[in-house]
Amino acid sequence: MSPRSDPDALSRPDDHIDSVAPDASEPGRPRAAGSGAPLTQPKLGFVGWLRFAWRQLTSMRTALLLLLLLAIAAVPGSLVPQRSSDPNGVTQYFTDNPDLAPVLDRFQLFDVYTSAWFSAVYLLLFVSLIGCVIPRTKHHFEALRARPPRTPARLSRLAGYTERPLSVPEPDEGAASAGSASATAADAAIDRAAAELKRAGYRVERYDLRGEPSVSAERGYLRETGNLVFHTALLGVLVAVGIGGGFGFSGQRVVVEGQSFVNTLAAFDSFNPGRFFDDTNLDPYRLTLEELDAVYETRNQQAIGQPIDFTAHVSVQGRGDESRDATVKVNEPLRVFGTDVYLLGNGYAPTITVRDADGEVVFTDAVPFLPQDANLTSIGVVKVPDGLDEQLGMVGFFYPTQTTLGSGAYASSYPDLVFPVLTLNVYQGDLGIDEGTPTSVYTLDPTSMEQLTGGETGVDSIELMPGDTVDLPNDLGSVTFEDVSPDAGSDAAADDYSQSVSRFASFDIHDDPSQGWVLVFALLILAGLLVSLFVPRRRMWVKAARRPDGTVVLEYAGLARGEDPGLDDAVRAFADKHAGKADDDPAT
Amino acid sequence: MTLDEISLTLVYSAMAVYAIAFIAYAIDLARRSAVATQAADAAASAASATSVTTVAGGGTTVVAPPKPAAPVAYGRSPSLRVGVALTVVAWLLHLSATVTRGIAAERVPWANMYEFALTGTLIITSVYLLVLVVSKHDLRFLGTFVTGLVLVLLGVATVNFYVSVVPLPPALQSAWLVIHVFVATSATGFLALGFALSVVQLLQSRRESLAASATAAKQNFLATLPDSSTLENLAYRVIIVGFILWTFTLMAGAIWAEAAWGRYWGWDTKEVWTFIIWVVYAGYIHARATRGWRGSRSAWLAIIGFSTVLFNFTVVNLFFKGLHAYSGL
Repeated sequence: MSPRSDPDALSRPDDHIDSVAPDASEPGRPRAAGSGAPLTQPKLGFVGWLRFAWRQLTSMRTALLLLLLLAIAAVPGSLVPQRSSDPNGVTQYFTDNPDLAPVLDRFQLFDVYTSAWFSAVYLLLFVSLIGCVIPRTKHHFEALRARPPRTPARLSRLAGYTERPLSVPEPDEGAASAGSASATAADAAIDRAAAELKRAGYRVERYDLRGEPSVSAERGYLRETGNLVFHTALLGVLVAVGIGGGFGFSGQRVVVEGQSFVNTLAAFDSFNPGRFFDDTNLDPYRLTLEELDAVYETRNQQAIGQPIDFTAHVSVQGRGDESRDATVKVNEPLRVFGTDVYLLGNGYAPTITVRDADGEVVFTDAVPFLPQDANLTSIGVVKVPDGLDEQLGMVGFFYPTQTTLGSGAYASSYPDLVFPVLTLNVYQGDLGIDEGTPTSVYTLDPTSMEQLTGGETGVDSIELMPGDTVDLPNDLGSVTFEDVSPDAGSDAAADDYSQSVSRFASFDIHDDPSQGWVLVFALLILAGLLVSLFVPRRRMWVKAARRPDGTVVLEYAGLARGEDPGLDDAVRAFADKHAGKADDDPAT
Repeated sequence: MTLDEISLTLVYSAMAVYAIAFIAYAIDLARRSAVATQAADAAASAASATSVTTVAGGGTTVVAPPKPAAPVAYGRSPSLRVGVALTVVAWLLHLSATVTRGIAAERVPWANMYEFALTGTLIITSVYLLVLVVSKHDLRFLGTFVTGLVLVLLGVATVNFYVSVVPLPPALQSAWLVIHVFVATSATGFLALGFALSVVQLLQSRRESLAASATAAKQNFLATLPDSSTLENLAYRVIIVGFILWTFTLMAGAIWAEAAWGRYWGWDTKEVWTFIIWVVYAGYIHARATRGWRGSRSAWLAIIGFSTVLFNFTVVNLFFKGLHAYSGL
């Protein structure tokens, strides 16, 4: 990846270290970058220093060190939770390590991949890459137009050197015409070699030096093209990712069965816009969760309760459009109205109704409970801010299939609704939501509340199954766990709880306008890589050399330009094809 | 006996045969050392004979130096042939075990850590056998490493990673499971071989530099192996195949992640380590073109690279929190 500002550099692609240097004797042969200091250092001015710094930055050695540094810099992000991928983990880390966490945070260790130091490494690497790709692109264009270089004087020093006798037709007359006959035959042989090399994809050039006709051929320009495409496409990925992050957004929304969500900023539970995102770009379509199907393993004894399938049946309606049905599955996002909708989670949303002492409904809603384990033991919070003398809060545990552990604690033994039980601990007092400070709907702050049931109160927690109603303590009223089965109340449904509790789906809605570009560049990276690693770039020469005794032999040799393990074989195969197999091949 | 039990029995059988093959390869290495020592002794006595005549002739003190670094001819080795034959047998058993497991699970046999190890080691052996067929160099000496590594990994997999057949979780129900994970295992196979070649390359280059400086270098099996630059070229060729497969793994993973998790790249721990591996091997390839880095330093990069691959497979799977939680453990 080192830039070379001289024409000779063209003969040595970056991944090649010359073992054979046919032009080593040429004066002013430039040094490849990183090959050691010159003998005398001229005094450097400011511009000189800049140029020196640029040379250093764009040298292969620096690029390599930056690459290795990048690998090392990426490691801490896997050791410490990251805000981007695991925000809860970060919160937990702060709780567990109150002394260490702020220190790590100072060094941006919870945001490694957007940190100043990580960015510095990859930006330097990309600057180095640009400084390398631009001159090399220029050289490559020149090389594409240049003629294959002049045939070296002594082919015998080159790779895969082999020779074959030149078959000369029997001369009819004297010695003088024998010489001219061999010259004609040599010319013809070289012409034939040139034609054959050309057919094999070589660019060829005839040379005639000191009466020795020869052909110089070069192939594999695609190797350097692939190399440049690879490195340029890496840049492309970086730029596309940056742009996509700037103009895209991602948002999360929990939707309970039967409820809907309209794609507007206010409707999201959480929303992460890119820096240049404009919320007027949101297309306000309506997405309704009709039904969420969850299928769990029932037969395989090793995997009872393991999820088999989640399918969210939704209906989507654009402005002024007909509503249409669609599905969202875990590996099958729904792509509508320029956004991608993903099903990233699901759980239960028990419908809870609270009545006051007079039987008036003060609260009724399907409350999403967050799953805590594979069997969907779930925790949720009910907040009743109005309608009662004091605000009421309830912390609930929901067990889709309740079982009692040996310790007496409840647990869920299966994720589907076989024996659903809801337990509630009631708190009375100030919910702390009146000051306008945002609080999570999934947590209850009990600091200014009095606990009425469960824990140390001596009063048992409220325990409900779908359809049950229980009085609240202190004659506050009652709480009902509604059975939402379509045929609730009928005898047939008495023991069938499978539809008794609503489910919710947790949707992620994303838009990344540059995603397609990233894919295009990624494919270019792959294509460039394949070409640059597997297309051999090589030169081949065929020369009709005149020996001191006057005889003419055909000499063949090649030069690897980059990794080319097949060069010797290629030269020999060409010689065999061109002049027939040698009985005594000097190369073997 | 269920299909899964048959598969497990086949795995144990394959392990037994791998173990015998490993012993055969080890005997071959020992024999190589013996041959090399004999050749060195013969060369030394010939050299001392030459120097005596030179001194007696009263000429210059320049004597033809013995060349300890020169490769020693190594003839046919019965134990080596036994080793290769047994490797083929073990490979067939291993293949049947993997196929049976796939049939038992009614899906591709690489959906959890046990199955990944089963298929991954199968591919390591496959790549080794493939290279034996394709390469013009005699690389059978790598059998000690290959059978040893496969044996250890299979042992760990059956003892620590084994899980019975369970259905695929929804996140894994995708065509990308077939492509992404298979290509990742294949890459691992090639990178493992590159690692072995790089280790031998380092040993060989140490022997060569010792031989160049001192004539008293002890001869061992390395004398019968290709020289370090040949080994380096071979390692490079194996590793670039692995690198391209790894690049594809990374991209296919990103496409799958986009469909399954809603983003193509999110610095999940597994993604981080996949990226690190990619960068280390990119460094390896560049090191080959950097003066002062070719040779031993690039070999170290190949070794570090494969260590990160193993780290990614074991430590990251088992101890790091992330979305790739499919070990089944």
